[in-house]
Amino acid sequence: MLDEADLVARLQAGDEQAFVTLVDLYHAPLLRLASTFVPSRAVAEEVVQDTWLGVVRGIHRFEGRSSLKTWLFRIVVNRARTTGVRERRETPTDRADEPAVPPERFNAGGGWSSPPTPWSDDAEDRIVARQTAAKVSRHLNLLPERQRQVVVMRDFEGLPAAEVCTILGITEANQRVLLHRGRSRLRNMLERELGKA
Amino acid sequence: MTTRREARARAREQIVCRQAVELVTDYLEGALTADERVRFEAHLADCPHCTEYLREMRITISALGRVEPGALTSGARADLVALYRSWQAG
Repeated sequence: MLDEADLVARLQAGDEQAFVTLVDLYHAPLLRLASTFVPSRAVAEEVVQDTWLGVVRGIHRFEGRSSLKTWLFRIVVNRARTTGVRERRETPTDRADEPAVPPERFNAGGGWSSPPTPWSDDAEDRIVARQTAAKVSRHLNLLPERQRQVVVMRDFEGLPAAEVCTILGITEANQRVLLHRGRSRLRNMLERELGKA
Repeated sequence: MTTRREARARAREQIVCRQAVELVTDYLEGALTADERVRFEAHLADCPHCTEYLREMRITISALGRVEPGALTSGARADLVALYRSWQAG
């Protein structure tokens, strides 16, 4: 288990090995998160590099009030937002009335007319298998921006809801709505591949 | 004894599938009121399709958590270390 206080102390002392440890732990997750704000991998790489500079310059101000991970994510989101304003991604819109399931799949009484196709018992293993994992990442790219950001932080990175709200500056209720729409869309996409039919 | 009025009130409170699928995340996040949770679970008990739907949502979430972000290449790591040295020197 990583001793975060020790790692921070070493970073503050300018320990290069501590920086390498941090990079190994968080570079890929930061890149994945940055990618949800900016239009290309190249721009995301720039944002993350800029984030590392901010970390090196700002680690003296880190007081441990949040976890190191949350602090890093907040820096990357701030930098990505500044960049994202200039270089916006093209993504579908997050609609206020977006249903979890297309309305035509319910009858007039609100019951299923086209019920969810049952998934096989090994569905999860199939999603996690390498090929499908790549597909999940592609599906994720089709989500509206804010849904994708919340899903990445909650379900990829496993951050608690409260930290995601702090990082994105949104309310708990709003966070749940975005999470719900994002997860629902992903389930719909996976249903097409995993449903036994 | 149940009056028709009471029965109608209960029917109004019953959740239909189209509503149940919108409550899944709040349910999993523990954000439903006690009353809403009881009605949601009562609906699940009667509805195999919504039970399957909830199962699929759980699988989706769990599978997302197992997608690895990909490893840092040694070249990228070396580039960052070089940058780190220049930042420390600057």
